[in-house]
Amino acid sequence: MAYGQITLQQARRALAIARKDIRIYYSKGPVVIFGVLFPVFLFLSFTIGRHLAVDFMIPGLVGMILFFTATAISPIVAPWEAQARTLERLMSCPVRIETIILGDILASFVFGLCVSLVPIILGLALGITVSNPLIFAAAIIVAALCFASLGNVFSIPPTNLPATVNMIASVVKFPVVFISGIFIPLGELPGWGQAVAYISPLTYFTDIARNSIQGQGHLPVGIDLLALLTFTAFFLLVAMKLHQRTMPRRI
Amino acid sequence: MKSSHELAVQVHNLTKRFGRVLAVDHVNFEVKKGEVFGFLGPNGAGKTTTVRMLTGVIRADEGSALILGHEAGSLAAKQITGVVPEMANGYPDLSGWNNLMLMAELYGVAGKEARERSTSLLQQLGLVARKDDLVKTYSKGMKQRLILCMALVSDPQLLFLDEPTSGLDVQSARLIKDLLQSLNAQGKTIFLTTHDMDEANQLCQTVAIINRGKIVAIDAPEKLRLATSSMHSVEVSFDNMVSPEVLAKLPGVNAVRRLGDKHRLYTADPGDLVVSLVNHSCSNGLRIVSLNILAPSLEDAFVALTERESR
Repeated sequence: MAYGQITLQQARRALAIARKDIRIYYSKGPVVIFGVLFPVFLFLSFTIGRHLAVDFMIPGLVGMILFFTATAISPIVAPWEAQARTLERLMSCPVRIETIILGDILASFVFGLCVSLVPIILGLALGITVSNPLIFAAAIIVAALCFASLGNVFSIPPTNLPATVNMIASVVKFPVVFISGIFIPLGELPGWGQAVAYISPLTYFTDIARNSIQGQGHLPVGIDLLALLTFTAFFLLVAMKLHQRTMPRRI
Repeated sequence: MKSSHELAVQVHNLTKRFGRVLAVDHVNFEVKKGEVFGFLGPNGAGKTTTVRMLTGVIRADEGSALILGHEAGSLAAKQITGVVPEMANGYPDLSGWNNLMLMAELYGVAGKEARERSTSLLQQLGLVARKDDLVKTYSKGMKQRLILCMALVSDPQLLFLDEPTSGLDVQSARLIKDLLQSLNAQGKTIFLTTHDMDEANQLCQTVAIINRGKIVAIDAPEKLRLATSSMHSVEVSFDNMVSPEVLAKLPGVNAVRRLGDKHRLYTADPGDLVVSLVNHSCSNGLRIVSLNILAPSLEDAFVALTERESR
């Protein structure tokens, strides 16, 4: 079979895996708690009583929700499936490990996209305007893919306990949120704070969101998008390469 | 020696280590197309590890295996094989039907063909009435039958089954065995890992016994059974209790096993042993209630071969 045909065939099978994940994992307790409820309450706890403007809050809320929802599913699928004894059957199907990983990432990506529409619609209802909807939409799509890929990196250690993977994910996710300009705009951070912020992919999405909604970003939008694309490529590569080694060890 | 186009599986020096443990040690065997090949061995012998290497779930450290001419683990090899892994489950949060449709998509089976084949398989294995229920509501036997349906939905040429009837109720085990016989009659090759000697004896044309990662015997079940000539036995029951230690002292007795109210005495010469038993009963005032001469079973051959290797 030609290389192109195999790639197309594997892409179709990745979609089948993503559909399976959507059916199974969207309603799982940890996904709803850590992916939807948790970021909302965390955001509210930082904003209530501070009399912040809506156009300042919405970019942060969209960033938080997109980050938490898009990283909610991809880390737990592999350990969950190994524990439920469904992973070996999946691995013996004519699919590459990269195909399985891509399917899991796609399910997380779609979850992130759909749930992040809620704060955007809320913001529009409260009167915010998006100055460049196309760039904002592109940023949401790239960021959802980036965060879903990062989520998959969390599940590389071959543990079969979803709780352990969630713990590893939390250790990374919370610091990332605090350094990404969600609660304090990048321009107001000290020099060292900005240097740390640049190692977080969420920083670049929040910056585009502030640019689109508040009309003031810290970096040029092109740089933000390029940084998000670079992080996405890096996380995808790491996830695909390292799962090749660790996934068979889950069995 | 068979030419490669007559072979479904060719294994050459297949080896797998887990840390310092040599789980599979330079294993070699061949499976002919259209046969049921039994892969037997005690727990931890290397059966499942071998199956996982053949089905591409784990990689071998050394050696090679060809599945119908394709490298084991390649997409081409996986495409033409069906797998029932040991202790595997369908997705518990999907219905039986959705599990089958997922497998059909992963094997690239077209929609209409997938639906027709799935319906037929569910009917054959008695699951059609529960096809829309979530798998988590199925009994163990139903889950195992569903896993077999999932392995067959792509109409594979070669089927790997790792302990498919282990721990199942009699009806489910019989349904699965009947289906395997019917599939074999249609020309499908079946690679069966089992602990059940009766199952291996009934289903398999060739049996390989693996112990401590090494193949200790490969032959037809009958030939393996008869090769264990020292494992002939005489099963005897007396009207009074007799200690196994006393029976073990009779001439020609290699071993004694107590089976309920009977004793099974292993010997190379059952004729002489019967005479000794009759003399023993007369001289001790015992009456023989029943006496049977038994040829060695496949289980006897299995025990003899694996114990010999373990010493």
